[in-house]
Amino acid sequence: MLLEVSGLHAAYGATRVLHGIDFGLEPGSITALLGANGAGKTTTLRAICAMVEVRGEIRFGGERIDGRSTEDIARLGIAHVPDGRGTFLNLTTEENLRLGAYTRKDRVAVAADLERVYGYFPRLKERRAQQAGTLSGGEQQMLAVSRALMLAPKLMLLDEPSFGLAPLLVRELFEILRAINARERVAMLLVEQNAAMALDLADRAYLIETGRVALAGAADELKRDDGVRHAYLGY
Amino acid sequence: MDALLHQVLAGLATGGIYASLALALVMIYHATHLVNFAQGEMAMFTTYIAWSLINAGMPYWPAFLLTVGIAFILGIFIERIVIRPVENAPVLGVVVVFIGLLVILNSVAGWIYTYTIKSFPSPFPPQPVLGIHYLSAHELGAIGVTLAVLALLYAFFRFTPLGLAMRAAAQNPESSRLVGIRVGWMLALGWGLAAAVGAVAGMMVAPIVYLDPNMMGGILLYAFAAALLGGIDSPGGAVLGGFAVGVLENVLGAFVIGNELKLAVALVLIVGVLLVKPSGFFGRVYVTRV
Repeated sequence: MLLEVSGLHAAYGATRVLHGIDFGLEPGSITALLGANGAGKTTTLRAICAMVEVRGEIRFGGERIDGRSTEDIARLGIAHVPDGRGTFLNLTTEENLRLGAYTRKDRVAVAADLERVYGYFPRLKERRAQQAGTLSGGEQQMLAVSRALMLAPKLMLLDEPSFGLAPLLVRELFEILRAINARERVAMLLVEQNAAMALDLADRAYLIETGRVALAGAADELKRDDGVRHAYLGY
Repeated sequence: MDALLHQVLAGLATGGIYASLALALVMIYHATHLVNFAQGEMAMFTTYIAWSLINAGMPYWPAFLLTVGIAFILGIFIERIVIRPVENAPVLGVVVVFIGLLVILNSVAGWIYTYTIKSFPSPFPPQPVLGIHYLSAHELGAIGVTLAVLALLYAFFRFTPLGLAMRAAAQNPESSRLVGIRVGWMLALGWGLAAAVGAVAGMMVAPIVYLDPNMMGGILLYAFAAALLGGIDSPGGAVLGGFAVGVLENVLGAFVIGNELKLAVALVLIVGVLLVKPSGFFGRVYVTRV
């Protein structure tokens, strides 16, 4: 197991959001977290990166990471594409990407990765010297994914990458995510409202309801589950 | 005409000093969104350290560099020890801490060095150089030193990974943590740099205004005016503002309102900018959805 979460509780002040979540993730696999608004999906991702107060156990590559700082967790190889994209608006596209590789010391590899990322997203190369705040929503989403890739992560946490994107763009982005997963062997933990797209991409999925895992299984199985179909796929 | 040219050039010399201090203010503002009222006293205190070093027999330039280094470390210490604990405190709380810092530094300097005015050496020759008679060598040198500091800072923030990380940390702390930047240290480093820049400003202005614990009061006011004029969140604006305030203060003081009312220029500028163009000439206008 690359990531193992057990008995995870989290709260924002007095508001408790997660009530003991358990799940795991194999190296190189894609896992989706599904659920309604407010179920605790984003909080789960934030909990892994120590951005909320947590109780429970989180292991990454066998090592406990709960209680460590956000910076240290990033340095272990967990790249978080946050809710709202987290763009450095006043910096250029390329500066955003260079920040993604801030912790890496090998300049040659970083330069090669920059070109590789531009290969996945040629639009970003065209806009490399442009202020990131002037990019469109779709381009900023590509930038967020690319910035995470620049960390050369073992695990990417993707928080609603489809949010606010046109359907065609969503399809394109998911194709690229699939390609990245296949080529770079990066594991992905994907939080999505768009359950159909997420289940197509993922190997496994967990359905989260009010801070608990309601259902878990292979993505194909969940797609056939009647409850999931009615509630999240709409047919 | 000659007199005017002289006043303008002399204004550029003091303006460079205001620009440095204004830049220090902007750097802290970027990181904390607050104006550091103690910036001037920090500069004053480090200038006394330089005075001690020089009086102990150290040649000027080594003393200068050592002072800049001490100021840098002092700035980091102040951030770690005094500012960090009030990181999440309400604005007024932090302002009170800044004012407390101001009073403490002022009193400690007075206690150690007394309030008697001391002269501070200039590294530049007393007679005019390069055949320029409008400016003393010190004024010319101060402009040169200021410009060198500004160029170094620009290169640091623009071209080094650490400078980029510091800009990122000030702008978007959460995203910065997610890429592994130690945001707390970046803020401390910002304080260190601001203190170092302030130290240079203090050492450059001390030969002109003489060394005493209250020497930076008026200068900090001009630096405020400069930072506001350029836009409190714009480093380039603060620098231009500094030069503009220096020239304005000198020319108005010499020809219009007289030297006694010079400091009023700064106050009028501050109030004027806040009334007419609160974001300054190069600042960002923030729009908030409510």
